[in-house]
Amino acid sequence: MSEWIEACGADDVDEEDVIRFDHAGHTFAIYRSPDDEYFATDGLCTHEQVHLSGGLVIDDIIECPKHNGRFNYKTGEAKGAPVCVNLKTYPVKVEGGKVLIQVG
Amino acid sequence: MNGGMVIIGAGECGGRAALALRDLGYAGPVTLIGDEPHLPYERPPLSKDAMVADAPAVKAIAGEADLADKAITHLRPVTVASVDRAAKLVKLADGSELAYEKLLFATGSTPRKLPMPGLGRRCVYLRTFDDALAIRRHLRPQSRIAVVGGGFIGLELAASARRLGADVAVIEAQPRILMRGVPAEIAAVVHAAHEAHGAKILCGAGIAAIDDDGQKVQLTLADGRVIDADLAVIGIGAEPNTRLAEAAGLRIENGIAVDAMLHTADPAIFAAGDCCSFPLAVYGGRRVRLEAWRNAQEQGALAARNMLGHEEPVSAVPWFWSDQYELTMQIAGLSDEANSSIRRDIGENAFILFHLAGDGRLVAASGIGPDTAVARDIRLAEMLIAKGARLAPAALASPEVKLKRLLAG
Ligand SMILES: Cc1cc2nc3c(=O)[nH]c(=O)nc-3n(C[C@H](O)[C@H](O)[C@H](O)COP(=O)(O)OP(=O)(O)OC[C@H]3O[C@@H](n4cnc5c(N)ncnc54)[C@H](O)[C@@H]3O)c2cc1C
Ligand code: FES
Repeated sequence: MSEWIEACGADDVDEEDVIRFDHAGHTFAIYRSPDDEYFATDGLCTHEQVHLSGGLVIDDIIECPKHNGRFNYKTGEAKGAPVCVNLKTYPVKVEGGKVLIQVG
Repeated sequence: MNGGMVIIGAGECGGRAALALRDLGYAGPVTLIGDEPHLPYERPPLSKDAMVADAPAVKAIAGEADLADKAITHLRPVTVASVDRAAKLVKLADGSELAYEKLLFATGSTPRKLPMPGLGRRCVYLRTFDDALAIRRHLRPQSRIAVVGGGFIGLELAASARRLGADVAVIEAQPRILMRGVPAEIAAVVHAAHEAHGAKILCGAGIAAIDDDGQKVQLTLADGRVIDADLAVIGIGAEPNTRLAEAAGLRIENGIAVDAMLHTADPAIFAAGDCCSFPLAVYGGRRVRLEAWRNAQEQGALAARNMLGHEEPVSAVPWFWSDQYELTMQIAGLSDEANSSIRRDIGENAFILFHLAGDGRLVAASGIGPDTAVARDIRLAEMLIAKGARLAPAALASPEVKLKRLLAG
């Protein structure tokens, strides 16, 4: 079972930035890339469960605010110490100015 | 026998170096030698989450399977007794020998001992997982914990002890806590947080005498006050583990002296992490030694590259964090390079001090706030420091001016 849920307005995220979105007890991170595409991953770092939304987005990378672990937010890939477990990613679409993510 | 890459010390730095050698495609033997019985593990949780956990566990940098997968031989607990540079051999405590092609000292540091008589079983230090377990046993409601030294490790331990309900007194000889490397304005926030959480902080308090009978400790302060404790945890700084390198004839200068490529004077030998001092390019090549986790991690990876002939210099800006209660402090750069500071408030409870050198260059930034409130801006400040940026004080002070824009500009 998978469903599309509305995460935020397209304008709620700045370019090259990230925001937090909570849904049904789960936390997600919603990204807007420098080339104006949207992406979604699990919201917590795989190192110590810290909210990635406090981190810095540079190009394709989200840096965890706690210990600077890095992930490619487009693929979820962990990019080196101290993170070694990849982030789960979710499909995203933008419709009518809203960002939707597919969960479940 | 053996040969290949040998790493002495299986901590953050040694562990990362071993993994990096494989990530870089090195196919020869990699031997990681550590005198602790555990897998390479992260030390920062020892005073924080691991200290308050019901069942503290080692947070391993690499699991048994990872090491096997990558064909990294991890000898433990094994102490390296000496290094024979002429024969390119390390000698282990059990008398056996191991040949090396390239050798990395990642021996870390050891808590500075309190040079006083009267210390016994109830006066302890915190560096290893085993130290942490031994301390953890004494942290419970109403147990009395004295922390000697208001530095990072002592204060983090104090916060963890309070979380577990212990009575805590921190005894600091200096006029304030965190004298080294932390601006007074930030230390004051930390001090207030400890008091709000019920820890006593005694500054300007010299210790005149310690009496440890093996069941409890009595600390007599210079002004006559007496503190009774079930356990005294001493956190008065750390010293680099240089004895082995010194005995091998390598130069020691507040740590094993290496160049910007982490080479010692012996072309086959490198040193990295807490145990070494190195020239820091961002501050005109000033020689420093850092006791910081990210530095150990990055230098481990860099040492691996340079052991394989890459010849890349250390270019990072020092970065450090500490967690106490709900507060996180992060510091980028070395604030002692500065002669003025500018404050930027981030919301209501968080702020950053930007530290400027006489010529207006941003040389450091120190921030404090709940959770990760200051993290993004400290990270951006770190990049601005690396660029040697000179920024208008008014722009730094104003929360409306985004640092990311200053970085692009
Ligand atoms: C309680 C605690 C909390 C910390 N919190 C933070 C924090 O919040 N933020 C931060 O930035 N930093 C923190 N640090 C510092 C950080 O953990 C260190 O900078 C880091 O561990 C250094 O890594 P290293 O590999 O150089 O040395 P170490 O981690 O000390 O590892 C060196 C290893 O080498 C072994 N060794 C030494 N000599 C020999 C020998 N002859 N033979 C075999 N083995 C040997 C040692 O036993 C040790 O296991 C903390 C440290 C402690 C102790
Ligand atoms: S919690 Fe994200 S890197 Fe440590």
